[in-house]
Amino acid sequence: MKKIPNNRAWFLVLPVFVTVAFSAIIPLMTVVNYSVQDIFGPYNRVFVGTEFFEMVLQDRDLHEALQRQLLFSFWVLLIEVPLGIAIALALPVRGWLASLCLVLIALPLLIPWNVVGTIWQIFARPDIGLAGVAVNRLGIHYNYTAEPFDAWLTVLVMDVWHWTPLVALLCYAGLRAIPDAFYQAARIDGASAWAVFRYIQLPKLRGVLMIAVLLRFMDSFMIYTEPFVLTGGGPGNSTTFLSQFLTTLAVGRFDLGPAAAFSIIYFLIILLFCWIFYTVIENLGRAPR
Amino acid sequence: MARIELKDIAHSYQPAPERPEDYALRTLDMVWEDGGAYALLGPSGCGKTTLLNIISGLIRPSHGRVLFDGRDVTDLPPQQRNIAQVFQFPVIYDTMTVFDNLAFPLRNRRVGEAEVRARVQEVAEMLELTDDLRNRASGLAADAKQKISLGRGLVRKDVAAILFDEPLTVIDPHLKWILRRKLKQIHQEFRLSLIYVTHDQVEALTFADQVVVMVDGQVVQLGTPQALFEDPVHTFVGYFIGSPGMNLLPCRLEGSAARVGDHRIPLAPELAAQASAVGGELTLGIRPEFLRYSTTAEPGAVPADIAVVEDLGNFKIMTARLDGQMLKVKLPEEAEIAGDAGWLIFPPEWTRLYADGKVVEAGQ
Repeated sequence: MKKIPNNRAWFLVLPVFVTVAFSAIIPLMTVVNYSVQDIFGPYNRVFVGTEFFEMVLQDRDLHEALQRQLLFSFWVLLIEVPLGIAIALALPVRGWLASLCLVLIALPLLIPWNVVGTIWQIFARPDIGLAGVAVNRLGIHYNYTAEPFDAWLTVLVMDVWHWTPLVALLCYAGLRAIPDAFYQAARIDGASAWAVFRYIQLPKLRGVLMIAVLLRFMDSFMIYTEPFVLTGGGPGNSTTFLSQFLTTLAVGRFDLGPAAAFSIIYFLIILLFCWIFYTVIENLGRAPR
Repeated sequence: MARIELKDIAHSYQPAPERPEDYALRTLDMVWEDGGAYALLGPSGCGKTTLLNIISGLIRPSHGRVLFDGRDVTDLPPQQRNIAQVFQFPVIYDTMTVFDNLAFPLRNRRVGEAEVRARVQEVAEMLELTDDLRNRASGLAADAKQKISLGRGLVRKDVAAILFDEPLTVIDPHLKWILRRKLKQIHQEFRLSLIYVTHDQVEALTFADQVVVMVDGQVVQLGTPQALFEDPVHTFVGYFIGSPGMNLLPCRLEGSAARVGDHRIPLAPELAAQASAVGGELTLGIRPEFLRYSTTAEPGAVPADIAVVEDLGNFKIMTARLDGQMLKVKLPEEAEIAGDAGWLIFPPEWTRLYADGKVVEAGQ
């Protein structure tokens, strides 16, 4: 059969190409453009090369924000993933109780982010908030508007409350997809509950856990709205995370060049971490070949 | 290894069963002899898997007792019954190597590592998995995975029986044959008790010494493949076993002959006498292999129209019409068929009568 050379089929890819260009490539290139030029006006700009990158990388405030951010994402993953798995394991398997539990668990996910911030802002207030007053009544001094540690802890607890349900729901779905035969075979093989979890449930959850870890890492690493509403980044800079730092830089101070340079670094950091997580989870606990 | 007895077993998945239809498994008594190869054969939903799961302990029966060598194990969980079970879809622990998969049941029972290694080696050799021992189990083909499932049963020396729940469903046809032979070989070598659930009669008849035919939660016949073929005790066994199944014709008695429409089919006199004593709705049954076709009239022959002749390569299936009912006749490849009519002969030694579905036995 003679092959007919006809490349017009490439036109069918064009709509996707145009969409991706406008949604991702052009905005990204604009940011690259800003990062290497100092722009004073529409017709007045100077090429500065890597100057903004060097400047941003030497910024001490940014180093602190980055450390804070890494620590925050670390704790978010460390708490939310195991907690989500535990909740998924504890949920009833079938019946009306299962439906009820799923709806109750999903509730935090339905609340808009700035409302979550507002809820916790009031909930945690030491003078009138339910949680704040309760904790103080227990004899523990707690004031998130004044104490950096308290503020930091409040943001973390709020994130756990808001997003653990996502991990739990994903894991619940993953657990339900395991055929009964696996559990039956494990019983016949005399496996303990721990062995069932370690050798059946956890490996079968690999796929959903991958999604959960990546989503939670990206979202927590880019967290903005909730801490902005809750603490506004304070007290001091104790809850100023990277995206808030970036917003202040770009919108507050209108330093578009450094902000663009930092955006690119931010983007690369997330990409790097996602790649690491992906590679590690994909190969974790697997026998060779 | 053990002799497995089921005493007065019945099971329902409903909390408060009332009618017989509520039971997935209706009352049955059965003994599985030590070292036997049994097949449980029946259509989907007949209770085969329920019965298997009761033996392995995955299901606790609503009624009755399960005895292993006379010991009551009804309340024991599967891990304490020393039963191995192979499921329809291969169950392997996919993060482990083949070696670790095979060692898993032993390690769970805290067997020493030296013995684990020896047993796994032995079983791997038996199943021809030695080359894959160091490899990850998840990368293997379905037949190798099913061998691992079987191997996890075989590594335990003391297993009472190995249960198979349609284990070859996901295996390619040519590998099915090899795997079945392997199983047969292992059975002959080690005299393990095997119980094999299937809805495939070829699988059941080639695998087992004894076949249990089930329908609607009841056992209708337990017998050798030959007995099921030659002497089905129930019309269901007649048409479920054999390809094509038994010809079944509703009939009346007339002296020592069966009357189907306007035709008289001669019967053995003692069979006719017994049938008239038993009474009930009578059905005449004969296997297509035993029904004879003749181009000329013979004494006792019945005239029939020929509807279709299918040539299946090394034999022919003729469909004949007798008083509006279709009959299948299995003919040798070289058989000559003249025109679209002929004569059918029902050899009395192969002609069976069923009263309300149950066989009428001439010698009763």
